[in-house]
Amino acid sequence: MGDGNPDIATLKSPANKVGAIRLDAPRMLAMYTQMVRSRTLDERVWLLNRQGKVALMSSAQGHEAAQIATVHALRPGQDWFYTYYRDLAVVVALGVPFKEIMLGYMAKAGEPFSGARQFPCHGAYPKYHIVNPSNVVGTRIPQAVGAALAAKMRREGTVVIVYFGDGAASTGDCHEGMNFAAIHKLPVVFFCENNRYAISVPLSKQIAVSNVAARAEGYGMPGLTVDGTDVAAAYEATAEAAAKARAGHGPTLIEAMVERALPHTSDDDDRKYRSREEMEEVKRRDPLPILKRQLEAIGVLNVELDARICEAAKREVDEATEFGEAAPYPTTEGFYDHVYAPQGGAPSP
Amino acid sequence: MREEMERDERVFVMGEDIGTRGGVFLATDGFLQKFGAERVIDTPLAESSIAGIALGAATSGMRPIAEMEFADFIWPVFNQIVGEAARVRYGTNGGLHVPLVLRAPYGGGVRGGLYHSQSVESFFAHVPGLKVVVPATPYDAKGLLKSAIRDDDPVVFLEHKRTYRLVRGEVPDEEYTLPIGVADVKLEGSDISVITYGLMLHHCIEAARELAKEGISVEVVDLRTLRPLDEATVLVSVRKTGKALVVHEDTRAVGIGAEVAATIAEKAFDRLDGPVTRLAGPDVPAMPFSPPLEEMFMLDSKNIADAVRTLARY
Ligand SMILES: Cc1ncc(C[n+]2csc(CCOP(=O)(O)OP(=O)(O)O)c2C)c(N)n1
Ligand SMILES: [Mg+2]
Repeated sequence: MGDGNPDIATLKSPANKVGAIRLDAPRMLAMYTQMVRSRTLDERVWLLNRQGKVALMSSAQGHEAAQIATVHALRPGQDWFYTYYRDLAVVVALGVPFKEIMLGYMAKAGEPFSGARQFPCHGAYPKYHIVNPSNVVGTRIPQAVGAALAAKMRREGTVVIVYFGDGAASTGDCHEGMNFAAIHKLPVVFFCENNRYAISVPLSKQIAVSNVAARAEGYGMPGLTVDGTDVAAAYEATAEAAAKARAGHGPTLIEAMVERALPHTSDDDDRKYRSREEMEEVKRRDPLPILKRQLEAIGVLNVELDARICEAAKREVDEATEFGEAAPYPTTEGFYDHVYAPQGGAPSP
Repeated sequence: MREEMERDERVFVMGEDIGTRGGVFLATDGFLQKFGAERVIDTPLAESSIAGIALGAATSGMRPIAEMEFADFIWPVFNQIVGEAARVRYGTNGGLHVPLVLRAPYGGGVRGGLYHSQSVESFFAHVPGLKVVVPATPYDAKGLLKSAIRDDDPVVFLEHKRTYRLVRGEVPDEEYTLPIGVADVKLEGSDISVITYGLMLHHCIEAARELAKEGISVEVVDLRTLRPLDEATVLVSVRKTGKALVVHEDTRAVGIGAEVAATIAEKAFDRLDGPVTRLAGPDVPAMPFSPPLEEMFMLDSKNIADAVRTLARY
């Protein structure tokens, strides 16, 4: 445990970068593969929505670099991931099988997060340490802080990361959660995926300053803004925050500047509030070709390898789609299950 | 809302996505262009403050209409509306009052899952100092909304999402209001009174038409307002038919049905010739997403007709 206030200056100073955790080429390639897989799945689900086979989709397109990088910067299997509805690439990078994800989109039996009671990837998947309890924006922030409190109490060396949007940052829950986490130096990483929109509301109507990370100082924790289309930037920032958290130095607020490439959800039409010129700019910041170019430049990716990665992703998505379509809907048999602990069940220790 | 904003400069709207986008259900489509950003406020994503700010503006002489994007996100507002707004007039001994309308789209059957389907009415209807309005038809919605905006006390105005698209009805262009606290007999009948509100009204009417073919004459009472409850209309109907079925989508225990049933039992006991019966949503925490599970939660005209037949046998 550190004493006194967190040393914000240290984190921001270039000196701190000397020992910084660097992203290596094999990991970058692994990230690329996951990004292709996530994107392929994402595009397919959007299409399935248009075909009436998926009721609702909130796409991660444009957010993937930041999402995937955080998973690599943490310890899957040990650390906990408090995701929100736009975090498909987190779920993909954590290794949840596509067939299971597809059951969620199609609301079919055997869906692992909620038994198809909730929207896709909502609920929890304890096996992968994913918690995404609800559609309610902001509520998971203090919940993640509570998980970090528990981790600290149990001296587990576990880190909790909580993902949320720029809109969520306006909630009282966000403020209250961050404040508590900073006071108690809890091992939590606040990861704001700032795409500058909350549905149609632009950032300028959300906050009067230009960055969410600017708030961190007011809570007494480090805050930094990174380019969320760059895996290295997001990876290094998260790895550093995780290391600090694990060492007992408390929380960090990371704001990743990302792009929302599609409308808010499949139910939304963004033409009313985003100009087509703006969307052209968004395309230029697409993290997938950015990472592809980076990998090509360092000689890690070539045309053949890329084709193999894309082909495998397509096959995986095809199989998941077939699997999902063939799967039955849940029966109503368990409809009343899990309102309370099972009758006669022993209280948990 | 448009007419009220034209009529009264004190009226303004605030909520998430209500400006450029015109609201997620397009309730305020074109308002920004017509009334400007000062009276059509796109708020940050922070419900508690939406209600709190509206409250403060209301006690200061404005007539805000605060919008919840979905009723499912209303809970942070509980503090401001139940804890504060409902008690301002009483707690200041009449010194201040809160002429605010809190609009919220609610209800299920729209593939909304746990968090875009909730019925929230009974929580608010419990609270003296609040009025709770639940229109079921476009005609009623306009007349009641006007009254809510002109009301000097806080009104929670709940609009069932499914009725936005499902129900089409005549809405006269001209000015009219409908009084808060007055129920409406939507269908006259003599054998049994079915008391309901919201989306269920339409299922009840459908069931009643079906039952008419079997010779069961159903009277359908649309409560329209849950607080204050129009006891008189309910009691007149039940005294006439001698049988009462209360139907709502919201879960059963400690719901509106319990209040209506208790009122009937207390005040029309001598005229009853069957048990006052409730037909309501199942007691699970919220409506699940997957189609068969959602169907299991939602009542339909068939469930209602069955319940009427059972009651009619007495
Ligand atoms: C408490 C709450 N209020 C409103 C909503 C409706 N809603 C769903 S997503 C959203 C915008 C969230 O924007 P942001 O946090 O920036 O995330 P993004 O979708 O941009 O990734 C809103 C208003 C909600 N789900 N929860
Ligand atoms: Mg956003």
